[in-house]
Amino acid sequence: MSDITRLSAAEQSVLLESREISSVELTKAHLDRIAETDTDLGAFLYVSDDALTIADEVDSARAGGVALNPLAGIPVAIKDVLCTLDMPSTAGSKILEGWVPPYDATPVARLRDARLPILGKTNMDEFAMGSSTEHSAYKITRNSWDRTRIPGGSGGGSASAVGAFQASLALGSDTGGSIRQPAAFTGTVGVKPTYGGVSRYGAIALASSLDQVGPVTRTVLDAGLLHDIIGGHDHHDSTSISDKWPSFADAARRGARGESLKGLRVGVVKELDQPGFQPGVTSLFHETLTMLAAEGAEIVDVNAPNFEYAVAAYYLILTAEASSNLAKFDSVRFGLRVTPSGTPTVENVMSTTREVGFGAEAKRRIILGTYALSAGYYDAYYGSAQKVRTLIQRDFAAAFAQVDVLVSPTAPTTAWKVGENLDDPLAMWLSDITTIPVNMAGIPGISIPIGLADEDQLPVGLQIMAPAREDARLYEIGAAIEALLDAKRGSTFSSLTPSRAGGVI
Amino acid sequence: MSDITEDTVRHLANLARIALTPDEVTTLASELAEIVSAVEKVNEVATADIPATSHPIPMENVWRDDVVADELTSEQALTGAPDHDGSRFRVTAILGEEE
Repeated sequence: MSDITRLSAAEQSVLLESREISSVELTKAHLDRIAETDTDLGAFLYVSDDALTIADEVDSARAGGVALNPLAGIPVAIKDVLCTLDMPSTAGSKILEGWVPPYDATPVARLRDARLPILGKTNMDEFAMGSSTEHSAYKITRNSWDRTRIPGGSGGGSASAVGAFQASLALGSDTGGSIRQPAAFTGTVGVKPTYGGVSRYGAIALASSLDQVGPVTRTVLDAGLLHDIIGGHDHHDSTSISDKWPSFADAARRGARGESLKGLRVGVVKELDQPGFQPGVTSLFHETLTMLAAEGAEIVDVNAPNFEYAVAAYYLILTAEASSNLAKFDSVRFGLRVTPSGTPTVENVMSTTREVGFGAEAKRRIILGTYALSAGYYDAYYGSAQKVRTLIQRDFAAAFAQVDVLVSPTAPTTAWKVGENLDDPLAMWLSDITTIPVNMAGIPGISIPIGLADEDQLPVGLQIMAPAREDARLYEIGAAIEALLDAKRGSTFSSLTPSRAGGVI
Repeated sequence: MSDITEDTVRHLANLARIALTPDEVTTLASELAEIVSAVEKVNEVATADIPATSHPIPMENVWRDDVVADELTSEQALTGAPDHDGSRFRVTAILGEEE
């Protein structure tokens, strides 16, 4: 039964509960798939030996009649930005090569409590700084849809692993689109929860006021099931929201029943639907709007005039916070230490270690952040960027006064070729124009696949956005659209994944 | 236009404790000049009357009970250290000879 990897986690869960398959079989099938495909895909930085042990324990527990989470026994992949007790956690950086943390990140601990076997750690741009996973210090990851393309970033490893059926579930982190943009590029589903909805404890920080951990899956329901496990208040993270959250899996099931779109007010952000976007992306986006209108949704144009300033403000805030967060990599408590010759002081050791340990993109952003925070420039850069943040929040507030959800293409283009944007940092940064406003405002966003672009037959994503704390709305509407598209197509989106020579996708 | 020169980059690299090579300084000076002139755009709309937002979901006074919790043993805290003496992190000299 090697094709069990093609099923959604919800379907795998049914087979586990009815004992048609065991967790050991399921976990073995995914480990085999990783062994077959990861040489050229490059999604994993580390594969765990321990997954089968956990799977075996889950099978025994199930046999013993123990009540289990619906996802118990279903293997999961973890972005390397999250600390794991028994596996190296490098955030894609040489400065943390081989570092095994003395504690688990809260989302990881919650997956262990729910008894999901952990397959390993997925590749990412160094410290999540990038949009293509080419800035990993270890290797590049290729797109599960087309091996000549990048998978997006920074969470290209998690997205490609899920897209290539190496795992049906993965965790990512999203600071400016690092879950949603790779989801769009690989034809998978990715959710950036409301800021504070999932604990950041143990997530190696990039920009603390923007970072959020979330699910990466192939269906909206699977994302809801995973979010139900990892979400909720955590006293280890002082920005964690203490509200009681509804079940996101229930919201997805409600949406799939097909009643959610009638009368729904859908706002199209004009600033995120621009002539400069790839034509195949724009036409699929508009086809989707037409489909929603035919289902009784009311499509409304909304303006967000300050989104034009979002990318500029984002890169000031991000680099300022990153330069501060990355100061902890000082060669003293963890990670790399490089001692120069002679009789160096601790400061010489620190500077040499950071010169050797950080890649070019990390250095570029640390230096820019240091500039934005330096005396005489603070007000003009960091201070002004925080004011723009207020303006973006006001644009969202005005839009959500008129509509229930906002939509846009998740990314302006489909996945580009490996190497294509590497020597133009500014062009790479601008590719996040559609996803960044969500992080600036702290609201939730989801990307779901809506089709293949005409010109290159690559996946295109729809981004849906909701007001803060209304994550359930994304799952309901996302699942409703997904169900409509599946019905129209007569199959799931992931069943379109191109076949590879030798019978491997 | 921004005022970023190679001297600015060397100064920033010193503040950030990164020992850049001369080539890196040259590359970064030109990249940063371009990037800074792009991000300066924020000043077109960030006027004096607009309050700053530091945090997307405002929260105040997040307390917890003052009890010891989640402590690491010295051994656990030292597991990832490049150098230690069994109970403390060990570093090279704090002050140089000329100081």
